[in-house]
Amino acid sequence: MGLCIRIIPCLDVAAGRVVKGTKFKDLRDAGDPVELAALYDHEGADEIVFYDITASHERRATATELARRAAEEVFIPYTIGGGVRTVEDMRAMLRAGADKVSINSAAVKNPDLMNKGAERFGSQCVVLSVDAKRRGAGSGWEVYLNGGRVNTGRDALEWLVEGEKRGAGEFVLNSMDSDGMATGYDLDLISVVAERTNIPIIASGGAGHPDHMVAAVEAGASAVLAASIFHFGEWSIAGVKERLAESGIPVRR
Amino acid sequence: MAEKLKVAVVDYDAGNTLSVTRALKKVGAQVELTPDPERVLAADAVVLPGVGAFGDCVNKLRERGMDGACREAYVSGKPFLGVCVGLQVLFEGSEESPGAEGLGILSGRVVRFKTGVLKVPHMGWNRLGLVREHPVLAGLDGEFFYYVHSYYPKPGEPGDLLGQTDYGGLFCAVAGRENLVAVQFHPEKSSRAGLRLYKNFLEWAQKS
Repeated sequence: MGLCIRIIPCLDVAAGRVVKGTKFKDLRDAGDPVELAALYDHEGADEIVFYDITASHERRATATELARRAAEEVFIPYTIGGGVRTVEDMRAMLRAGADKVSINSAAVKNPDLMNKGAERFGSQCVVLSVDAKRRGAGSGWEVYLNGGRVNTGRDALEWLVEGEKRGAGEFVLNSMDSDGMATGYDLDLISVVAERTNIPIIASGGAGHPDHMVAAVEAGASAVLAASIFHFGEWSIAGVKERLAESGIPVRR
Repeated sequence: MAEKLKVAVVDYDAGNTLSVTRALKKVGAQVELTPDPERVLAADAVVLPGVGAFGDCVNKLRERGMDGACREAYVSGKPFLGVCVGLQVLFEGSEESPGAEGLGILSGRVVRFKTGVLKVPHMGWNRLGLVREHPVLAGLDGEFFYYVHSYYPKPGEPGDLLGQTDYGGLFCAVAGRENLVAVQFHPEKSSRAGLRLYKNFLEWAQKS
């Protein structure tokens, strides 16, 4: 046996608070991202992604503070996204306890950030997150920014291939077409990227059922990221893992 | 209740010492993160973390006089735990940095995973299998731990191999002898199993 497939809950955080509510009634403070992440750790999550979406120039400070607080309560690897524009930002978050930093629009604006980050901290710390949207049947995907509001016109596949060359250690593939739909991940996107690149793929956007996760893994994902299925859904981490294990997928239990 | 065990975490500007410190505190240790060799030798037990390149880490240890402190701590019988590159530097050398001499507390060298077939680094959760019972590994046979590394040790003494993991073949994931144990994975990132390992280490140190 080799590595386990990773199950990754994702938390959107603004000004230190979880953006949407959650189903968890037994938390002292359901809006505290660190308490929620610690709960997911106890429930068997393999990793956590925090996206800081604080809408201000304070974001680097709020994201770094989040990383520091998480180090006290979260004993699985965690990634911080949002608020990372420079190598100095990366350093601040890694020093504060984050294991990886996720970059999206900052990488598009300054691709060299991936080279510099990988050189200084190692590729394993540099996660390239891409919001991809289909052009039309059979003609590929384009890279979007700002949560799908800005189309860069760039081909997503070419961008990911470049990202790997520049030193990204992992991709988050977020499908803008399936995000929030709970109808499953964009499997075509996953399999095309898996064919063309060699670093782990984290599938994101569209999970509504553990079978969607099974399909993503079969398409080539090494990890699956989800938010609402865990925050509001009927599925616990353990429940998801049980379904994956039944399908013959190696998971940590 | 007995007094809290004083654990020195060696601070030599090599990676994620914060997480190691937090995990040890979580399981009840009194932790001091210190760049001072004297403080290391004054503690009840020593933890040597490490992230980064082998050569860089051994150089930083030497610059701070920590190589001698680590060796002395081991020789004097202090419970000692190496983590990740903190395990690797205990060996004699590494393919990663051919010119750099390791501390040589354990015999053997550190080698790279074969690329091509395997994705390197070996990053993620993988299962530990015990080769030998050890108090620090109590209850952990078959548990999953979190790994991030491209190199692994090959102990020169077969008796130093305590645990192994399968990644394109079995490799040494835990090594140790006498009062020293070293792990290739990151217990501070391995959830309950990892905290259990730190707790085991404290209990073992308390008894010794």
